[in-house]
Amino acid sequence: MTDISKEALPLPRSFLSQDAIQLFYRLLAVLLICAVLAVLNDSFLSLGNILNVLRQASLTFFIASGLTLVVLTAGLDLSVGANVALSACIAGTVIHTTGSPVLGILTGLACGGIVGLLNGIMVTALRIPSFIATYGMLWVLNGLTYWYMAGETLHGFPAGFRQIGSGYLFGLPIPVYLLLVFLGIGTLFAQRTIWGQEIYAIGANPVAARLSGIPVARRLLLVYAVSGTMAGLASIIFLSRLNSAEADIGESLTLPAIAAVLIGGTSLFGGVGTVFGTFIGALILTLVLNGMNLLSVSANWQPLVTGIIVILAVWLDMKTRRRAQ
Amino acid sequence: MREAAVVAQPNPLQRIPGVAIALAALIVLFGAIAPGFLTPANFSNVLVQSTILTMLALPMTLIIMSEGLDLSMGAVLTLTSLCVAIVSLSTKSMLLGLGAGVLVGAAFGTVNGWLVAILGIPPFVATLGTLGMAQGLSLIVSDGQSVVGIPHSVRDIYSATLLGIPVPIVLALVTYAAFHGLLYHTRFGSYVFALGGNREALRYAGLSPNKLLIAVYALGGTMAGVAGLLMTARMNSGHPTAGLGLEFDAIAAVAVGGTSFERGNGWLLGTLLGVLAVGVLRNGLNLISLPSSVQVASVGVLVIVALFLDGLRSRA
Repeated sequence: MTDISKEALPLPRSFLSQDAIQLFYRLLAVLLICAVLAVLNDSFLSLGNILNVLRQASLTFFIASGLTLVVLTAGLDLSVGANVALSACIAGTVIHTTGSPVLGILTGLACGGIVGLLNGIMVTALRIPSFIATYGMLWVLNGLTYWYMAGETLHGFPAGFRQIGSGYLFGLPIPVYLLLVFLGIGTLFAQRTIWGQEIYAIGANPVAARLSGIPVARRLLLVYAVSGTMAGLASIIFLSRLNSAEADIGESLTLPAIAAVLIGGTSLFGGVGTVFGTFIGALILTLVLNGMNLLSVSANWQPLVTGIIVILAVWLDMKTRRRAQ
Repeated sequence: MREAAVVAQPNPLQRIPGVAIALAALIVLFGAIAPGFLTPANFSNVLVQSTILTMLALPMTLIIMSEGLDLSMGAVLTLTSLCVAIVSLSTKSMLLGLGAGVLVGAAFGTVNGWLVAILGIPPFVATLGTLGMAQGLSLIVSDGQSVVGIPHSVRDIYSATLLGIPVPIVLALVTYAAFHGLLYHTRFGSYVFALGGNREALRYAGLSPNKLLIAVYALGGTMAGVAGLLMTARMNSGHPTAGLGLEFDAIAAVAVGGTSFERGNGWLLGTLLGVLAVGVLRNGLNLISLPSSVQVASVGVLVIVALFLDGLRSRA
């Protein structure tokens, strides 16, 4: 009986301070990695490299921020990378045929959002476990993208459009401004709106959430649609930064996005985590990969390191939470 | 205790319609629209091409029965295939190559099992992490290049015949028989049913669910090693993306075959029929000259439909 009542208790209300400690550790990790890299390599602290890290981190963050909301509901979206690829290819085609970047951007966002909505429908209406539904979606999207592109590469976009991904404003890359905007929106939405708090509640205890009158299915649909739309946004940034689109651009994006969410302290079991944490996670991951790059470690090592980081992050998270309880 | 553990076993008769109807429907469909589909040569082709998938889907059935999942299988297969290629190239020995592949596969499987059982990491994330690791190691050992010039003894495995039957088919049949015996006629098999159906019962019987889980995942990795030999023989080379996404075909075969993701029910014959359904689907689409991208998307749709139907059935 005691066991049951212990399990049924929600996390202690003091978990905010617990979160603060966790965040402190992560910031410490950022500083530590920076210090090590600065000692090992002279060019790490150059302005060019720091801006590069920020821009790279912002790309990971766009995908990971939407994913954070999904993980907060104890779900997972494995289709984000493939979604970026499809959205980028479709948006690129629209820009090429109509010549209008605005139309292309809207198409990319809409494509990402629709894919996310379909994920949400599979999870809510068809009640397929999220990791397997979005994994199926990954391969459907992969197939569609390769079929649509038929081995072609799209390139050469209007100069104005390319500014979004590669331009500067007051010395900072434009994606960094977008990062700050979405970091603010994401944090406000998750922490300061009723919908955001309902998302935490669904992740912490779906049954209790339903019994207290939260429209669980509609919130889940929203969360997956947001995750898809953020993948759509990332596709636009990619498109304008690379100035080209190919079918395979999404293949190496999913694992880093999941890594950023998990390093950032969002729990796979739902209900715990913040969008700001995900930003720190994206920063840590980017610093590690950037550091390997500076120390001339071959890019072939990146998936191995990212995989190890994912597992370490989950393991550490589970360990600290077990100790906290 | 053994009886208690077997309770979760499904009634096979209930399962037969779904996957068998799907397979028959696909055969009728492609027989009607795909030229050259209903020929003995093509039939043998489908069977030979399904052998690698069989070797992944059978252990995947056991893993899914334990309420787990192994997303790393395709990447591990890629790595073991490269190991087979590299070792057989340098030692000129097919058996040493196979040994290396099986060792590496078993090591990855054991790590998967350890992460899931001992550290308690959810299987889909643990194996997603090891997927990245295996993919990275494949790139590192091959430096992103194909490994070519492997000995004939490896290549011949794929093209040789035994009593008129292609060797890959013989290997797949032997594997099926072994898994059938293991799952339905040994204590270990009953325990696997209990892993997904009733883990408490295992504990009360004084058994360690953790050790069993590790064994189930290790079996998956080992089979990926064996399949790696076939893959290297089939491609006559080791390639750093050879097995990309094969785990998804394996999951598709298991899902179509009626093994459920949440109740610890499994059915090996269903998985075998599921493998054939995936094989026929890919082969038929290929014959009506649709690119492999469409095949990939169709397998994705197949999985989602199968899971949806499974969900309906479990609620009914």
